Amino acid sequence: MKIFRSVSVLILLLFSATCTRVENKLKIAGSTTVLPIVQAAAEVYMEQHPQVSISVRGGGSSIGIKSIIGRIVDLGSASRQINEREMKLIAAQEKNLQAFPIARDALTIIVHPDNPVLNLTTGQLRLIYTGELHNWQQLGGPNLTIIPISRDVSSGSFEVFNHFILDSLSVASGAMVLASNNAVATTVSYTPGAIGYVGYGYAHEQVKIITLDGIRPQAESIISGDYPLSRQLYIYTPDKPEQLASDFIAFLLSEEGQNIVTQQGFIKLHQTEPANE
Amino acid sequence: MNKFKETSFKSVTYLASLFTIVFLFAIILSIFYEGIPIFKHVSLIKFLTSPSWHPTHFPPDFGILSLIAGSFLVTLGALIISIPLGLGSAIYISELAGPTSKEILKPVIELLASIPSVVYGLFGMAFLSPLLIKIFHVPTGLNIFSASIILGIMVVPIISSMSEDALSTVPKSLREASLALGANKWETIIRVVVPAAKSGIFSSIILGFGRAIGETMVVLMVAGGAAQIPKGLFQPVRPMPAAIAAEMGETVIGSPHFHALYGISIILFTVTFISILITEFIVHRRKK
Repeated sequence: MKIFRSVSVLILLLFSATCTRVENKLKIAGSTTVLPIVQAAAEVYMEQHPQVSISVRGGGSSIGIKSIIGRIVDLGSASRQINEREMKLIAAQEKNLQAFPIARDALTIIVHPDNPVLNLTTGQLRLIYTGELHNWQQLGGPNLTIIPISRDVSSGSFEVFNHFILDSLSVASGAMVLASNNAVATTVSYTPGAIGYVGYGYAHEQVKIITLDGIRPQAESIISGDYPLSRQLYIYTPDKPEQLASDFIAFLLSEEGQNIVTQQGFIKLHQTEPANE
Repeated sequence: MNKFKETSFKSVTYLASLFTIVFLFAIILSIFYEGIPIFKHVSLIKFLTSPSWHPTHFPPDFGILSLIAGSFLVTLGALIISIPLGLGSAIYISELAGPTSKEILKPVIELLASIPSVVYGLFGMAFLSPLLIKIFHVPTGLNIFSASIILGIMVVPIISSMSEDALSTVPKSLREASLALGANKWETIIRVVVPAAKSGIFSSIILGFGRAIGETMVVLMVAGGAAQIPKGLFQPVRPMPAAIAAEMGETVIGSPHFHALYGISIILFTVTFISILITEFIVHRRKK
């Protein structure tokens, strides 16, 4: 009897403990491009609100959007807008999503620092990735095999690249396919003939950014949209987000949150445009 | 009371073993249930023999020959590296090493098996791959060669510890008889001990093969991910497990791409199943 009582007390205690915890938990998953921003913002936010715990996971934009449709997470991040297939899925499940742009970004074309090529046109970039250009010599560079590096199909960056550059032609079967922004940047940094595309914040000093159609990705050209691969980064929520989720998004959009965006190497939003969708 | 204890213990352990069987069958059933529908979109022959893998394209191509080629080449490379290393260390530990070096070597080799595969992957990506570019001046460091090296190192402890077990169960009388006939130590090991343990050694190699072909993290990180039939040792490939891991997140459940990935798992499962069947067969025959 005594055992029974103590066990029931224990269960009650555990139960109440989980109850109070659930309210202050926030789960975020999605784009590896958005990951550093959300991660850094979550750390600052948790420091300011010690009772809140935020878990952040990557996986890719598709995983972010899929998880938020399935309500597995509270917030889903993506480096692209919802595509048609996902629209259908949302319609089928009668669930609505809200999109919050939180930062601006540009798919940045990077090469090895020793590569003398400074500019490519979108047409040349397409020919590189479809496998028609093989050697940097064809582009005014050294006699070096071109190693195009692409991303796997769950990446939002891939979808943006696919849409604007490849025009839905297939990536050459010889192109390497890596699973994250960081893997692409690291591999390009030590592979002399490599070329890859990453989020603006991942283009660190160990790689060289090349201009696209003569335009360098930087704050002005990204905000004005002159740079051909400019895009926004999004956080998706259910149509009626939880209080904590709204608070966290408000934090991301506040001046402090936007400063974190800059710190992570991305471009501030400036909050001129209203949320899409 | 004692009898009650005994029966309850028996039923608990029985249930535990039953659970593993249930899980196994649930997994097998689900991969076949989800994988077979792909053959409504593409014939089995075309699935296995077409090298063109463009699952998200319109119209999509579901040919996995390049993925199969990637898997087998990387695994073959891993075995070429791990068989001499594993077998060599097994012979040394079992036949030649003194008690102290034996006591150090054995756990150290087994420690290799306890390193998580993601750490091996990281090592391959951040250390081995830049090194290969520097030494061989190859265009890319993420290729068949680097993936084979990393996988080979991972398989060494399996081959080494299982072969060592097999070698040490060879009766002492055989060695003594060989030495008594005037054979030296080298001849005894090569002509007598290794042939006597050959079924154990062979099954260790098959198990190593199964481990290498199913390994996911390393090939995802180090093999380079290009879905092509490679033309050389230093070209990137996309082995089957890497394709499943990289693409499963994107697929819509129930779409042809989703079923195709399960179709790949059927192939992968069949290959590892056959390899385990072979080991079981060999071990069984040895016992008889």
